[in-house]
Amino acid sequence: MFEIKKKVQLNETVTRMDIYAPRVARKAEPGQFIILRTDENGERIPLTVADYDRDAGTVTIIFQIVGATTEKLGHMKEGECLHDFVGPLGKPTHTEGLKKVAVVGGGVGCAIAYPVAKKLSEQGCEVHSIIGFRNKDLVILEDDFRRVSKKTCLMTDDGTAGEQGLVTDALKKLIESGEKYDEVITIGPLIMMKFVCALTKEYGIKTVASMNPIMIDGTGMCGGCRLTVGGKTVFACVDGPDFDGHEIDFDEAMMRNSMYAPFEKKKREETCNLLREEK
Amino acid sequence: MPNMSLKKNEMPVQDPAVRAGNFKEVALGYTEAQAIDEATRCLHCKNQPCVSGCPVKIHIPAFIERVAAGDFEGAYRIISESSSLPAVCGRVCPQENQCEGKCVRGIKGESVGIGRLERFVADWHAAHSAGETEKPKANGHKVAVVGSGPAGLACASDLAKKGYAVTVFEALHTPGGVLVYGIPEFRLPKSIVKKEIDGLCALGVKIETNTVVGKTVTIDELMGEEGFEAVFIGSGAGLPKFMGIPGEHYKGVYSANEFLTRMNLMKAYQEGADTPIEHATKVVVVGGGNVAMDAARCARRLGAEVTVVYRRGMEELPARHEEVEHAQEEGIIFRTLTNPVEILGYENKENRRDPKNGFVTGIRCVEMELGEPDAGGRRRPIEKKGSDFEIETECVIMALGTSPNPLIKSTTKGLDTQSWGGIITEGENGKTSREGIYAGGDAVTGAATVILAMGAGKNAAAAIDEYIQNKK
Repeated sequence: MFEIKKKVQLNETVTRMDIYAPRVARKAEPGQFIILRTDENGERIPLTVADYDRDAGTVTIIFQIVGATTEKLGHMKEGECLHDFVGPLGKPTHTEGLKKVAVVGGGVGCAIAYPVAKKLSEQGCEVHSIIGFRNKDLVILEDDFRRVSKKTCLMTDDGTAGEQGLVTDALKKLIESGEKYDEVITIGPLIMMKFVCALTKEYGIKTVASMNPIMIDGTGMCGGCRLTVGGKTVFACVDGPDFDGHEIDFDEAMMRNSMYAPFEKKKREETCNLLREEK
Repeated sequence: MPNMSLKKNEMPVQDPAVRAGNFKEVALGYTEAQAIDEATRCLHCKNQPCVSGCPVKIHIPAFIERVAAGDFEGAYRIISESSSLPAVCGRVCPQENQCEGKCVRGIKGESVGIGRLERFVADWHAAHSAGETEKPKANGHKVAVVGSGPAGLACASDLAKKGYAVTVFEALHTPGGVLVYGIPEFRLPKSIVKKEIDGLCALGVKIETNTVVGKTVTIDELMGEEGFEAVFIGSGAGLPKFMGIPGEHYKGVYSANEFLTRMNLMKAYQEGADTPIEHATKVVVVGGGNVAMDAARCARRLGAEVTVVYRRGMEELPARHEEVEHAQEEGIIFRTLTNPVEILGYENKENRRDPKNGFVTGIRCVEMELGEPDAGGRRRPIEKKGSDFEIETECVIMALGTSPNPLIKSTTKGLDTQSWGGIITEGENGKTSREGIYAGGDAVTGAATVILAMGAGKNAAAAIDEYIQNKK
C-alpha cells in the first residue's frame, strides 16, 4: 500500500503529499507523471511528479482540489494509504544541454514547473522563472523558485502579490529586454500555455508545453489522451506529456478536456456532501 | 447407445429483452441433467478430430466420457491437465472454429456442445471443490511474468506447479488483463477471473499490480539486480487503432479499448461510479470482431440504440456467430457493407462557450461492395462512388483491432520485433532473441484469442523449465 508520509496544505485548495512508493521513487524524473486511485472504487487520475526522494522511497505530488477524486484525496490524512499508485509514466522533460531557459508556470502547474527548474539549475543552466497566480492567497513555491532561478517574476491577476499582469507580459518584457533563451518550458492551464506558445512563436523561441489531458491507463492502451501535434495524432501518456508548443492544437485539447465537465461538477458536489456528513 | 439427437442441448440464457438492460451473465449454464444428456451425444470417434482442433489439445472425449458417467470432478481433472483456465475458455473460446468445428456430429446436425460442457465442468468444480491447494515444493528458481492476461496466467500457473517462485507484474490495478478490462461482465463474470487468480496465488504466485514493466522496472533490472533467471513477456496487444478520418478528435469518439476499460475495469456502468462514461442515446460501433460486439452490447445495456458499421458483409463478420446472434437478439442494428469516411461534430463558431461544442452529431459513411478475394482469401471491399450518407449519432466507438504496446520493446535492448511491433519468437516455445526471455500471446501474434494466448503461455512455461534446468 502507498502510505501518505507527509501532508502539507500549501493554500486553501492546493495540497502537497509525500507518498511512499519506492519503485516509483527510484525511477521518477521531472516531467513524468503518476496515476493514483484513492480507494477501491475510485477513478484513475494522472498527477505530475512534483519531487521525489530516492533514499526515503517517496514521491511528492501537489494537487488542487477540482473534482471528486482530488476532494477525497484532500481529506486523506498522514498515515493513511492510497489504494493504487503507478508510475513513473510518460517521458521525462528534456533538459540536457540547455544553457538558458525561461520556465513559465501557472497556478498549480508551478508545482510541476518547479522540479524542472530545479533540475535545470542543478545542471548549471541559467533559469528565469515566471510564475503566475490569480491572487496572493494562491501563490505556492515562491521561495523554492527564487532559490533555483537567476531571475524570478511573480505575477498575479489582481496585483495582490508580485506584479499585476499575465505571465506572457513578464515573458515578453524579458525577451524584449534582450534575454536570449535556448528554450521556454511552460506548464499550467491550457489557455495560458496557448498564449505563451503564441508569444514565443513570434520570437522564434523553441517552446515545450506539458500537457495533462483526460486519461485512464497511462500506458497507451485507451487513446483517450490523444492530441493533435503537428497535424498528427499522438498519445500524451506515452509520446509526451511534453510536446513542441508551436505544433500543439490547443483549441482541440481544450475542447476535449471539457468532455466530462458536467459529470465532474456533479460528482464533486456529491462527494463534498458525503464527506460533510461523515464529519 | 449414444444420444442421436441432431441438436445440441440448448444453452439456457437470460431473456434478450431483460438482459439488454442488465450486466448479468447472458448464458446461464447447463444443469447436471443437461450436461449428462449432451455428453452422451459424443460418438468417441477413434481419431478424435475435436482434439486436433483444440489449441491446447484437451483430451475432449475422455472428459466428456467422465461427464456422461456423472463424474464431474474426474472430468475437471482431465481438462486441467491441458488447460489453465477452463471456466474462462468454456465461455469465450471460438469453439465453432476449433474443437466443435471438427466434431463428426457437426457433419449432419449440430456438433457436440464441447464448450458448454467445458464450462459446466469448470463451474461444477468451482462450486463443489474444497478449494484447498497444496503448495508445490519450491525448487529455488525465480521467474518473472510480465502481464496477467491469459498468456501470463497460464505460464505462471504451470511454472508454479513445478516449484518455481513466480512473480507476475501487472500494469493496471487489477490482475487479469483483457479478461478484466476487455471482456464484459455479461460474457465473462469478473468473479470467475478472480477465482482463477486466487487459485494462482494459492499456488504461491506473487502478483505485483501497478507495475509497468518498461517504466517502473525494466526487464534488464528484473534479470539483473532482482535476480529473476528467466522472464516471460505476455503483455498482450493493447495499442488501439483509429481510422485516421476527419473528426476523430470530437468528444464522444472512443477507442473500443477506452470504452470497454471504462465499463469493465472502472465499472462506469454502475450507479455512483467515480469514472464517467457517455450515456448516449445513439451509438455507432465501427468494426465487426468480438471486441466490436462487446462494445455494442455494453452500449446497448447503457440504454442506447446501437448500430454496428462494418465494411464487409454479414457473412464476413469476424466475430463469433454466437456473439452476433446475441447482439441481434438484443436489438443491435447491423449496417454491413458500410464504411465511415468522416465523423461530424457540433461547432458553434459564434459562441465558443456553447456547451454542445465539440460533441459528435453523426458519422458520414459510404456503401461498399465486395470485389475479388485478397491474399488472405477474404473478398476485398470496394467503395461505391457517390453513395455517401449520414447516420445520426452522439457516440462513435472504434473497434478496429489493436497492436502490441512498444513500451517493452523500446526499453529492452536486443529484443527483436516485427515491423508492426510483435515480438519475434523461435517456433512454438516462445524463445526470443534474448537469452532467458520468452514471449507469447498477443504480444507475439497480434490480437488473437484467449485460448491461443493460454497455449503460448503453457508452451513457454515448459521451455523456461527446460532452459533453467539445463543451465545448472
